[in-house]
Amino acid sequence: MTVTTPGSREDTDREQGVPFVSATWLVAEREMTTFLRMKGFWIGLGVLVVGLFALAVLPSVFGGGQTSVAAAGPRAAEALAGAELDVRQVADAREAERLVRAEEVEAAVVPDATGESATGVRVVALTETPSDVVRALSTSPPVDLLEPADVSEGQRQVAIMVFALVFLLCGMGGAAIAQSTVTEKQTRVVEILVATVPVRALLAGKILGHSLLNLGQVVVLAVAAPIALNLGGHERLLSVIAPALGWFVPFLCLGFVLLAAMWAVAGALVSRQEDLGSSMSLAMLLVMGPYFGVMFFSDNATVLTVLSFVPFSSAVAMPVRLFIGQAQLWEPLVALGVLAATVVLIVLLASRVYSGSLLQTRGKVALSQAWARQD
Amino acid sequence: MLRLTTISRSFGDLRALDEVSFDVRPGRMTGFLGANGSGKTTAMRIILGVLAAHGGTVIWQGEPVTQGVRRRFGYMPEERGLYPKMKVAEQIAWFGRLHGLTPEAARANTDRLLEQLALTERAGDKLEALSLGNQQRVQIAAALVHDPVALILDEPFSGLDPIAVETVLAVLRDRAAAGVPVLFSSHQLAVVERLCDDVVIISNGSIAASGGRDELRARYGTARFELVVDTDAGWLRDLPGVRVIELDGPRALFEPAGHSQPGRQVLETALRRGEVRSFTPVVPTLDEIFKEAI
Repeated sequence: MTVTTPGSREDTDREQGVPFVSATWLVAEREMTTFLRMKGFWIGLGVLVVGLFALAVLPSVFGGGQTSVAAAGPRAAEALAGAELDVRQVADAREAERLVRAEEVEAAVVPDATGESATGVRVVALTETPSDVVRALSTSPPVDLLEPADVSEGQRQVAIMVFALVFLLCGMGGAAIAQSTVTEKQTRVVEILVATVPVRALLAGKILGHSLLNLGQVVVLAVAAPIALNLGGHERLLSVIAPALGWFVPFLCLGFVLLAAMWAVAGALVSRQEDLGSSMSLAMLLVMGPYFGVMFFSDNATVLTVLSFVPFSSAVAMPVRLFIGQAQLWEPLVALGVLAATVVLIVLLASRVYSGSLLQTRGKVALSQAWARQD
Repeated sequence: MLRLTTISRSFGDLRALDEVSFDVRPGRMTGFLGANGSGKTTAMRIILGVLAAHGGTVIWQGEPVTQGVRRRFGYMPEERGLYPKMKVAEQIAWFGRLHGLTPEAARANTDRLLEQLALTERAGDKLEALSLGNQQRVQIAAALVHDPVALILDEPFSGLDPIAVETVLAVLRDRAAAGVPVLFSSHQLAVVERLCDDVVIISNGSIAASGGRDELRARYGTARFELVVDTDAGWLRDLPGVRVIELDGPRALFEPAGHSQPGRQVLETALRRGEVRSFTPVVPTLDEIFKEAI
């Protein structure tokens, strides 16, 4: 082969065709088996699933479970009738107060002796005003909601947090690519790899392997989430969250590939694990940014709309908007298209930088240097 | 046959290789000699396609080498390294598959190589658990697992203990005998001297000498003789056409001065003067060729 132009190696790669695919798969397979054998991987996944179940089933988190109230006297019982409270009848006000002090009930409703109360009852509680008891006793005007929300504010916050958190965990999971790349550089195994398979197959294999690993985890979570919600008695929330969850998976997959390419470059630019911190900051920013952006601006429709189209943050912002019911059907499709186009672009750029820096096993490689180098 | 024709390569202003041409013949061990920084590793990386050449061609069996052909080469880089956390047998087999073997063939070749390299007992251990010498053997196995059509080994014997050198050597000779061209670099002349059939000497990016070991000796070595007699050999100094290099009592090392051929005359004189214990031509070592060539 007359090796006078940088591109000529790729031409021969293309002639071979099949080895590229099989090499990519072999690299991916090795990455996956390595990680599946790590205890940390399983512990991390276990913590996630347990956390999800805890979040859904532990009633206090969703404000579930009824407040227990001691009712003294017939007027109190009458006032509380029909309220969604756990009412215990007691003999008199003193007995009710004793139960409150003993924290056996959260509040007590006793007859009002002073005449201050219009309803003729008083509410006794320990430290805080029991708002749900007060609400049950007061008469509110009827409200007509024109567009009733399907989920409560609390549930909404929790769901947004879960979306953002899964994105964050997945994105950080990509750091494994940087680690595996720098390990290959540090142990010098990279030279044999480069001599054997095209550099692009190496990069593609790493991205594929780790994408499958993360996708597998997302699928586990996506299967566990409905089960957990059902167990916790949140069928209603489930029916709202399910479509958003369906959109979340493709967004997360593409978003992961995008971040994976960034992580791979971060790993290729340095030669030792110790130096990884300095090159990872950009990738970290691109993971943390969308996470905090969505967490902070979940109430700001304008910011959220912008975030839901920007490639890096769209992976989490668009599913959140779908969940809140802000987005039309065309919007996730457009955002997905923008994301896919960015993935292609970034992966191409990354593979050039990756090839240019992979064999530089001494010190840190400047981005410009990696870009210019075509060996 | 593997042939390099006028390969050049620069790094910035530094010309690392300048129109380097040489052959690696099938069935022969070719030693690639040169000081550190003379261009050995760069040339090997270009053969493997790890580095691009700025000019020239690598030819395999008469055709410019392709990536597909390179995949069937075996390569051991100067900077050793494998995956520390992967198990030995698994790792070798994985490299075999990366080179295009089927899983079954990769496993079979791995078992055979581990046997040959006396590593069978360590097959299930993680690489990092092995001693450095054993890790080197695993490295050799990784370069050989796919039955390479050519072997390019950068300093294969550095870091090996004498027993390991013999083990590895036996494996390499085996491959050469099967018709595989083997190119290995070394800065240890004695090693190359003992092992190689052909020698390529590189200096500052240019080939200083190349050819069969014996041919090179004949070409570069001056015809020296060693004479041992039973009395003092001091008379040799007075003989015309003779330049004495070393004189130690009855033993003398000499070479012809100018274009004379004094061997016969020296022997006859010595026999006239008394007993001749020995009279032998001294073959130059590669060390001497090396110093002369560069």
